[in-house]
Amino acid sequence: MALNSKIPSGSIDSKWTTYKSTCKLVNPANKRHLEIIVVGTGLAGASAAASLGEMGYKVKAFCFQDSPRRAHSIAAQGGINAAKNYQNDGDSTYRLFYDTIKGGDYRAREGNVHRLAEVSVNIIDQCVAAGVPFAREYGGLLSNRSFGGTQVQRTFYAAGQTGQQLLIGAYQGLERQVSLGTVEMFSRHEMLEVVMVEGKARGIIARNLVTGELERHFGHAVLLCTGGYGNVFYLSTNAMGSNVTAAWKAHKKGAFFGNPCFTQIHPTCIPVSGDHQSKLTLMSESLRNDGRIWVPKAKGDNREPTDIPEEERDYYLERRYPAFGNLVPRDVASRRAKELCDAGYGVGSSKMAVYLDFAAAIERYGKIEANKQGKQNASKAEIIDLGRDVVKSKYGNLFEMFEKITGENPYKVPMRIYPAVHYTMGGLWVDYELMTTVPGLYALGEANFSDHGANRLGASALMQGLADGYFVIPYTLGNNLADDIRTKAIPTDHPAFAAAEKDVNDRINRLMGIKGKRSVESFHKRLGKIMWDKCGMGRNAKGLKEAIEEIKSLKKEFWSDVRIPGDIKEYNPELDKAGRVADFIELGELMCIDALNRNESCGGHFREEYQTEDGEALRDDENYMNVSAWEYKGDGNFVMHKEELIYEVVHPSQRSYK
Amino acid sequence: MNLTLKVWKQKNNKTQGAFETFKVSNISSEMSFLEMFDVLNEQLVAEGKEPVAFDHDCREGICGMCSMYINGRAHGPWTHNTTCQLHMREYKDGDTIVVEPWRANAFPVIKDLVVNRSSFDRIIQSGGYISVNTGNAVDANALPVEKQKADDSFAAAMCIGCGACVAACPNASAMLFVSAKVSHLSLLPQGEPERKARAVNMVNQMDTEGFGSCTNIGACEAECPKGISLENIARLNREYISAVLSGSANSA
Repeated sequence: MALNSKIPSGSIDSKWTTYKSTCKLVNPANKRHLEIIVVGTGLAGASAAASLGEMGYKVKAFCFQDSPRRAHSIAAQGGINAAKNYQNDGDSTYRLFYDTIKGGDYRAREGNVHRLAEVSVNIIDQCVAAGVPFAREYGGLLSNRSFGGTQVQRTFYAAGQTGQQLLIGAYQGLERQVSLGTVEMFSRHEMLEVVMVEGKARGIIARNLVTGELERHFGHAVLLCTGGYGNVFYLSTNAMGSNVTAAWKAHKKGAFFGNPCFTQIHPTCIPVSGDHQSKLTLMSESLRNDGRIWVPKAKGDNREPTDIPEEERDYYLERRYPAFGNLVPRDVASRRAKELCDAGYGVGSSKMAVYLDFAAAIERYGKIEANKQGKQNASKAEIIDLGRDVVKSKYGNLFEMFEKITGENPYKVPMRIYPAVHYTMGGLWVDYELMTTVPGLYALGEANFSDHGANRLGASALMQGLADGYFVIPYTLGNNLADDIRTKAIPTDHPAFAAAEKDVNDRINRLMGIKGKRSVESFHKRLGKIMWDKCGMGRNAKGLKEAIEEIKSLKKEFWSDVRIPGDIKEYNPELDKAGRVADFIELGELMCIDALNRNESCGGHFREEYQTEDGEALRDDENYMNVSAWEYKGDGNFVMHKEELIYEVVHPSQRSYK
Repeated sequence: MNLTLKVWKQKNNKTQGAFETFKVSNISSEMSFLEMFDVLNEQLVAEGKEPVAFDHDCREGICGMCSMYINGRAHGPWTHNTTCQLHMREYKDGDTIVVEPWRANAFPVIKDLVVNRSSFDRIIQSGGYISVNTGNAVDANALPVEKQKADDSFAAAMCIGCGACVAACPNASAMLFVSAKVSHLSLLPQGEPERKARAVNMVNQMDTEGFGSCTNIGACEAECPKGISLENIARLNREYISAVLSGSANSA
């Protein structure tokens, strides 16, 4: 099957305009008869469901949490990018487009990324109109800050809770549609199968997680807005419930999986404290605006950080990358931290951490504040106090969170940080219209693979989720549904629904029937360790081959020895988790296969065999300037299809942040 | 450390619940409270018993899903804190910890420590939004917002909808939750057009859901993980009274 990305022709800045002016439309009377299923209610799902409801479609939205407001978009901290150029610092749609393509190490589609940059400005307008309380300056206008991989200030934020504020904005829009009756909301429901009728996605089988009952839902189209799959690593910054199940079911029904091995390891997370650890907590990248990252110059230096004099510290990012300093992209910052810790320069009791230090920022801000207040002869202590207040106003909630988790006060001692899995650039392959290889089945937000290439820049996930939901899908869905206006709602007693429900039922019974000895959690932990050790920040052919074998045997063991307590027809979180872990195991295998297949390093995918002399990712544009889209051909059997990436505007070069 | 846990167990909302006692051992002070529950549940699964059901998701204090009432306090002893961010260094060897679900008529128990908070969603549906369809927005900087008002609005918008305010209140009132949303939106110029109807409709829905009345006790503010201020309740009262007196009720 040849992949058709359906990128419109024409110059890069006219593609989306042309598409919007020429796509097919559905008239309001017909919209009322067209039913849309939206799975997931994060930024992509909530904004899509709300927008489609407003347009007059009949929408059903599903989330596994107790309320759509809990979706994991809520945990995004730092901000959302938009090419507003409010700071007059030379930003433009083209620059945001260029930065994103370069940041993604030339493995993203130009057409998609340019569209993303174009609609970024509309997102900010929409969110402000919906009541999102972004940070503002004294003049009442919006404030911006910088993020990694860019040299302009284009990031809009609401303290360290930008994701929360954006999600609440989208959620409120969604709830408004619920009250108007255009959206029907199903909380505590998990999608467990896509229903196919005559080659098209026409509905889902969902499980009511409270009663355990299976439900059949029809839709003319199905939108998966189900987020990323970082939890395949067990430890990640994802929420405990974040999972790949919906996307994986779609994959098994024919949706190709794009670049599954592209995962983002975020450089600034709170380090692991022990075996009991259930998740990792991110410290926003915005901290790298003011925090300086360093390790001691001497290996195994056990002094307290505050006792290590300036000249015995290695501010290694500032040293190696003078142009971008501490604001290099995430993949670069993560790799350097790992390298130094592996070489014995790590700090803290585990030695698997580096310092993120605010002392210099506190002093700098303190001096400015003292001048503002006319205190020319302020003592050092006074300056530090004033500086701490400024830092508190910028990052207070993050500092508080760090202290709660570690018991250390980051205003006084540097934070200890280490990279952790944070985001997955890979996902369901979609064309320009966000449709997967299954007709009628769409993927939005982190669930698709499209816009970030091999590495996502900070503050771009929120942008993409809302772009897809608010501004892309309302057009592209209509273009396809215009051909479906004569399709009557398919009754859910159709044999395709019955068959899909039976498959789900059989699988649940099979899981419950194993009655083995080991907990679901123990399998998840073991999978995570394989993935982190062999398909994590550094990968090599030998390790990946081992990982594939280890995952195969783990899968066998899971299906013969997992123990799930409780019953099917009740609230049973262990059963929910078992289904998700089973899917993660299968996905893990595909990720390793994909990583093994891609014989180059790019962005977050670092194959140790392929690096430059100074340890940077070494791409192979000749052979791998493509999307690897994997087709499912039965258990453990995947076939790769290539979508060649064509760069008409940007000329790929070795990424340099020096 | 070794601990004794007295945990509320209840099969579903049709059966009676009761406290059950469990022992957990080798708990490290670096664990979070929920990781201690993970240890308990692993232990129960290994013994062939059913684990304790509890709500949780992000485990970083922002999703609002976790909801334990610990030793008589919503989200436990730390201030401005959610259960998932409570860490075991708070406790010492030999302690007994009592854990209950949120208790309120408007939050029926689903199982063990899991409650149904969809009443909060319905309150938002009644008016907790600004009616602006996608694509209708003017430029984001077209309407400057006084920094103080924007900051106050943000402080109210920090509410995570966990329901600790209701659980902590002897009347099970949802006034802090409702007032936070009304404040968030009424302090912004964008929220102005629907200001009156919003306050009235949200309060009406709150009453319909069976939440209790506010008698100015202040437990909600004390237990709120995000430090939502009682000032918001005062503001809601003003908004509500002025809306009712101006005869704008139910104009939505």
